[in-house]
Amino acid sequence: MSNPVQETAEIFAVARVGEYVQFTVVAPGVAAGFLPGHFVAVGVGGENTSMLLRRAFALYGATPSGQFAGTVQFIVAAHGPGTRWLLQRSAGETLDLVGPLGTPFPMPSGPAPAVLVGGGYGTAPLIPLANALLAAGSPVEMIVGASTASRLFGELVAKRTIGAVTVTTDDGSAGVHGRVTDVLPDAIRGVNAEVVYACGPMPMLRAVGDVARTHAIHAQVAVEEAMACGIGVCMTCVLPVRGDDGASRFLRSCVEGPVFDADRVRWADVGSLPDDLVGADAMAWH
Amino acid sequence: MTASLATLSLPNPVLTASGCAAAGRELHQFFDVAALGAVVTKSIMTRPRSGRATPRMAETPSGMLNSIGLQGPGIDSFIENDLAWLAAHGARTVVSIAGGHTDEYVEITRKLNGNAAVSMLEVNISCPNVESRGQVFACDVHASSRVIGAVRRAADPALPVFAKLSPDVTDITLIARACADAGADGFSLINTLLGMVIDTDTMAPALGGVTGGLSGPAIRPVALRCVWQVHQKLPSYPIIGMGGIRCGLDALQFILAGASAVSVGTAVFGDPSAPVRVLAELEAALDARGFASLAGAVGYAHRAPEHRLGPDAPQAAAS
Ligand SMILES: Cc1cc2nc3c(=O)[nH]c(=O)nc-3n(C[C@H](O)[C@H](O)[C@H](O)COP(=O)(O)OP(=O)(O)OC[C@H]3O[C@@H](n4cnc5c(N)ncnc54)[C@H](O)[C@@H]3O)c2cc1C
Ligand SMILES: Cc1cc2nc3c(=O)[nH]c(=O)nc-3n(C[C@H](O)[C@H](O)[C@H](O)COP(=O)(O)O)c2cc1C
Ligand code: FES
Repeated sequence: MSNPVQETAEIFAVARVGEYVQFTVVAPGVAAGFLPGHFVAVGVGGENTSMLLRRAFALYGATPSGQFAGTVQFIVAAHGPGTRWLLQRSAGETLDLVGPLGTPFPMPSGPAPAVLVGGGYGTAPLIPLANALLAAGSPVEMIVGASTASRLFGELVAKRTIGAVTVTTDDGSAGVHGRVTDVLPDAIRGVNAEVVYACGPMPMLRAVGDVARTHAIHAQVAVEEAMACGIGVCMTCVLPVRGDDGASRFLRSCVEGPVFDADRVRWADVGSLPDDLVGADAMAWH
Repeated sequence: MTASLATLSLPNPVLTASGCAAAGRELHQFFDVAALGAVVTKSIMTRPRSGRATPRMAETPSGMLNSIGLQGPGIDSFIENDLAWLAAHGARTVVSIAGGHTDEYVEITRKLNGNAAVSMLEVNISCPNVESRGQVFACDVHASSRVIGAVRRAADPALPVFAKLSPDVTDITLIARACADAGADGFSLINTLLGMVIDTDTMAPALGGVTGGLSGPAIRPVALRCVWQVHQKLPSYPIIGMGGIRCGLDALQFILAGASAVSVGTAVFGDPSAPVRVLAELEAALDARGFASLAGAVGYAHRAPEHRLGPDAPQAAAS
């Protein structure tokens, strides 16, 4: 397990980044255990709020030591009432955080060329991953995409981190006119990639997995499923995933994920109950 | 602050709620599960169950809907892994059992007999009865009574059997009475209320299972009313109260209404250490009101006005 802690975290800085807002908060316990791919669950609405459930955000970075020691960063996009409440917070206020949560991106055992693919704010967890891969001597290519230019995230940081980045937008308002998967095959061939990492909307993750498979390499993707608890106790966040034994089960994306091997996720069955799932036969009348 | 539930005595009255704490392991990262009165495990059935399709959750004002469908590993794996882990960590365990027909409840009960790790059985009868076209046991006096009677006969005589009732009935005291007559040693009140949400973007039900169980503070007044009514009708039967408990004063309301212990469910999702916090707050609240023991507070709100005379009355009234 990820050894999560619950912390009252002072907001150190709030900064606008395109359509998104970047939070930097003081949470030394969360920062201490951070690995790329971890997320935090943030309480919203304040004390006695009618919003009971925490909101999940991928960690964009953590600084366990040195200047700004004990801070973590995450990126918030406006969605519904919970994220809107968060977007009204300012520096000096506090947030209630639980983290780090989830299973992080698996790291290659030695230097291995990798392509990282981020969709929208999904680029956020890939930045610390890129740093970790580079530190381990792995060549890294990065593709950053979004529907339109203002929804891009992290292209400048990615460029600074890696030296180069390929940008795509569905409407052609920035970079290549098209989807991340249009440029992915070239990127894989370009670095002779042994692994692809991705975070973004589910259809994108599925498509990235398909491309990786045609190149006979693995894609490690971070999914986003609605979560009630974020810590593994409620079973709301499940996905149908094929196991080592060949049998498929509903796995909790908050604990066994959010990072999964794309080839193991039964994308076509997300949101349904396939007959061959372990235990589906016991569901009469439910 | 000892809590007594039929023959079972617990060091304190705060428990987890079934399905809101899995089997304790994850919460143990936030607090020592042995510090609770007991861990109530997710309802278990004979075979592994996949649970329902997603989405399984929708947040609602001060509540949430869930439509998990009792996903679980099946009783054998549960005993070998979960129960063993709980015992190894010194937790007292209330095992919640579920079934699609009476024989399934009995089969699970037999598998748990003689297992020292089990402190109590909580019988979740808010399940569809396969033999009755999916009608929920807890909504029918005869089906409730049949299951509870069968479990009571099959279980170790020393093991308390609590019936967990659904509030989705016309008169919960009739179901409670039937369960008591069938041998229930006490009650867990309440399970979730059936509800639904429609997504106005897709214009379809928000949950994969269409309807789901409503929990959280939104249901607290309903839960409290159920505890009140059952305690009034059956004052000698211990009750584990639950439904939207978020703080010590919420728990105190249930105790005053007649509960001998409480379960903290949905609050855990917002605050993983809610059960130990509720316990500390409840202890302080009882203390502040002069209750020397938990027993003195159980059902206190039922007393006639002249027997509850302000902050100093409890000790006097208890004597
Ligand atoms: C592992 C993970 C990482 C995430 N990382 C980020 C991130 O880095 N930046 C970011 O902006 N968003 C991220 N999200 C999505 C973010 O959690 C949701 O946008 C947010 O919960 C919506 O809350 P709301 O109150 O604004 O919306 P509402 O739709 O009103 O939320 C209602 C309920 O549904 C849940 N919910 C709704 N949409 C989602 C969703 N897409 N994913 C999960 N739960 C949802 C909420 O938690 C809440 O309980 C992530 C989600 C997950 C699961
Ligand atoms: C996600 C979830 C899963 C649940 N699973 C079960 C279960 O397996 N068995 C059961 O008897 N009750 C189950 N319940 C009901 C709770 O145990 C409890 O009775 C109810 O939620 C009211 O308490 P609360 O408002 O504190 O959550 C579940 C509730 C939730 C929210
Ligand atoms: S969100 Fe509760 S188990 Fe994953």
